[in-house]
Amino acid sequence: MRIAVSDASFTPPRVQGRNTRKGLTTLSMMPPLEFIIKMGIYALMTVCVAGALLSVLFRNLFHAALALTGVLLGIAGIYLALHADFLAMIQVLIYVGAVMTLVIFAIMLTERFGDASLRQFNHQSWAALGGGILLLTFLVRMIQTTPWPVKNQAALASPAVTVVQLGEALLGPYVFPFEIISVILIAALIGAIVVARKDLEA
Amino acid sequence: MKFDCLVWLIPALPLAAFAVNIFFGKTTGEKAGWIAVAASLLSCVIGLALCAQVWGGKVFAASMPWFDAGESAMRFGYLIDPLAATLLFVVLVVGTLIQIYSVGYMHGDARYPRFFAYISLFMTAMLTLVISDNYLLFFIAWEIMGLCSYLLIGYWFEKNSAADASLKAFLTTRIGDVGFFLGILTLFHITGTLGFSDMLRVLDPQTNSAIFQHPLLPVAALLIFCGTIGKSAQFPLHVWLPDAMEGPTSVSALIHAATMVAAGVYLLARSFTVFMYFPTVLLIVTVIGTLTALMAAFIALTQTDIKRVLAYSTISQLGFMVAAIGLGSPAAAIFHLMTHAFFKALLFLGAGSVIHGTGTQDLRELGGLFGKMKSTAMTFLIGSLAIAGVPPLAGFWSKDEILLGAFMESRWIYLALSTAAFMTAFYMFRLVFLTFFGKPRNTHIHAHESPAVMTLPLWALAAGSLLIGLPGSVWMHHTFQSFLHLGHHAESAAAGMVMNVSIAVGLAGILLAFLFYVLAPAIPAFLGRILKPFYLLSQNKLYFDELYSAIAVRPFNQLADSVLFWFDKNVVDGLVNFAGIFTGFVSAMVRRLQTGLVQNYLLILFAGVLCLLYFEGR
Amino acid sequence: MIIPLEHFLIFAAVLFVIGLCGTLVRRNIVGILMSIELMLNAVNINLVAFSRSTSLDPVTGQIFAIFVVALAAAAVAVGLAIVIALYRVRKTICADEISLLKW
Repeated sequence: MRIAVSDASFTPPRVQGRNTRKGLTTLSMMPPLEFIIKMGIYALMTVCVAGALLSVLFRNLFHAALALTGVLLGIAGIYLALHADFLAMIQVLIYVGAVMTLVIFAIMLTERFGDASLRQFNHQSWAALGGGILLLTFLVRMIQTTPWPVKNQAALASPAVTVVQLGEALLGPYVFPFEIISVILIAALIGAIVVARKDLEA
Repeated sequence: MKFDCLVWLIPALPLAAFAVNIFFGKTTGEKAGWIAVAASLLSCVIGLALCAQVWGGKVFAASMPWFDAGESAMRFGYLIDPLAATLLFVVLVVGTLIQIYSVGYMHGDARYPRFFAYISLFMTAMLTLVISDNYLLFFIAWEIMGLCSYLLIGYWFEKNSAADASLKAFLTTRIGDVGFFLGILTLFHITGTLGFSDMLRVLDPQTNSAIFQHPLLPVAALLIFCGTIGKSAQFPLHVWLPDAMEGPTSVSALIHAATMVAAGVYLLARSFTVFMYFPTVLLIVTVIGTLTALMAAFIALTQTDIKRVLAYSTISQLGFMVAAIGLGSPAAAIFHLMTHAFFKALLFLGAGSVIHGTGTQDLRELGGLFGKMKSTAMTFLIGSLAIAGVPPLAGFWSKDEILLGAFMESRWIYLALSTAAFMTAFYMFRLVFLTFFGKPRNTHIHAHESPAVMTLPLWALAAGSLLIGLPGSVWMHHTFQSFLHLGHHAESAAAGMVMNVSIAVGLAGILLAFLFYVLAPAIPAFLGRILKPFYLLSQNKLYFDELYSAIAVRPFNQLADSVLFWFDKNVVDGLVNFAGIFTGFVSAMVRRLQTGLVQNYLLILFAGVLCLLYFEGR
Repeated sequence: MIIPLEHFLIFAAVLFVIGLCGTLVRRNIVGILMSIELMLNAVNINLVAFSRSTSLDPVTGQIFAIFVVALAAAAVAVGLAIVIALYRVRKTICADEISLLKW
């Protein structure tokens, strides 16, 4: 396990970059629980990536949707690991509970197009793959070279954000975007109904 | 009562009338005329009240910042000093009377509201010009007047001659206007200001004599004079004014006799500070004015169109005014401007009444109208007496003032102007006798008197022509001239002699006309035969149109037809076509990118992002 | 924090790229929508991870993650409605068969 050993006073990101982290010390004694949790998180990540790959690659769209559901659940777990309990719950409720239900519903409605016998990928697959790999390489390189302003150990140990805090923030400093989001949701709902309903004249 | 807050209303009211009539002409219809008249009357009331205050010794002035040009801030505002008040009085009174007259004169015209819209716009511009306190605002109003003049000359644009005349007027005055604008810029360059009052302060030989050494100052003065030459139809740019008679007669009266063409003289009087320290410039002004007065009077002798005679008469009288400025007595020029506005408006409106009543404006078809059109004839006679210089009518006093100034400056100028005055009396009474006396030459014409809405303004103007000269007369000790504050009034022992000569000259002209056209109508024909070259010269307006056509218009047309046509056809069109072909070619290439497939677009977008990342993260 | 920030970021980047590739290559519009959800989730992970491990107020990142979730839900609702309408009119939901909007 690596722990940042920078000064208590947080500073200039430039100083505290990758170079500083060269001097990370590995604790010789690793509590078994933490090790297990850590391994669990990495396993979760692996499952997520695999699920994501499957959800993109499955020829049968219904299977793809199931794989995606798995990924979303896994991401909820990641949120838990990041001490974002409320968000994990929302993830399960909204994504798994609502969004994926909708998606599967749509797949059922347009059933014959989800069939594996149809060609499921278009002609630009190789270009997309190449571009994707390029982007990924770039992103990884960037993530590794950027001196992220990471907090010190004490701050990292701070407790999870509570629902109360989130609620106060939503109705405090973020009340305006919050209200706008609600308007957008209403508009989206009405729009979805208008778009999807059968034309009465037809 | 405080009038300062009302000043802006003077031009604003006609502007409002313009807006109403131009935008709601279909709705206002027959009421358009009265809308314009009402606006004008209101302005008139305010303006006259102001003038009364100015007469009492007050000067209204105010200005506010307009915009910053480099280091100097432009201001705009109004300045109503005695000079502006005089013009304000003239423009408002004459303008209002002419608009009332127009209500009758233009009755039944197809574009009736538009006529009054234009007239109102013209009034706005003219009033703005008069009360403006700087050259820039002055110039803007000046150009709007030019536009109105163009629109109104070409008012009956179905007639080719009217359309051509409007174009000619616009282009000819434009030549002068370019000079005027250059003059303004030069003046600004030298003095750093465009305000009239500031100009007076800067161009003061006592405090700032160095500025008079500036070599461009006389050039600036001459360039400003170019504006006058164009607008006031002075030689050699006088050719547009006679053609401008294609417009409705009330337009000729308002714009091309009483007000707009006089703006050039007003400009000279306003800028007199720029001129007065340069004898050479003044001499040029004098010579041009005198030449114009003489030449136009000579041409007027033989014209057969009633309005053209008046047009040349106007040019001639403007020449008198310009000459007066050149002779160093702007007070006399402004005095003559005022009286001239009244009697020339009267004459034009009388001519309009004749045209209205008979349907022709050819002197050879008119005659014997005195019995049938009593009001018109009486007022026309008063106007003619006034312009001929018969005391105690208005024209006598002002013309006498100019002649006295000429007499003291130069005998040659005096002689030339007196000759012009003699010819004035002659051609005016030729007009009177041919129109109103003798027997009708064309028996098919059944003349009738015009309606009261037209004759009342005639009588009002006639009263003005009778009385307006008195404030400047000896009888009232030249009150008007001292009111103007434009240099001291010239007192001379010769005044009495000049006055007597000018009475004699005027009467001689009238008597000669009486002899030629009433007693012995054979004489003119006989003279025309033995003095044929002169007769033709006068008849053909000294061949100015032909000359300009030969040296300017035709070469330019040929150039346009040959070289420029080729250039336009091949180079300009070629460029345009090339742009089209090039665009078509490129888009035929590029449109292949537009596949209509959303994911394709997304891929291209993605490629773009990758490129950005590559170049940014390199 | 037991796991360094970079690992979360790389994880999110992988998810994002997978989602992006799916968006680019899937013919089925529902599949495209699913891939978009994947991308949005990757972004959310980033938001939460940053808010957790940098000095900013951790609430901020989560609030924005919530906003993203809400917008994603709206997007899916409208998107699927469009899919249904499209299916009814064109009898297809293949993105590469819908190319009327061109020259």
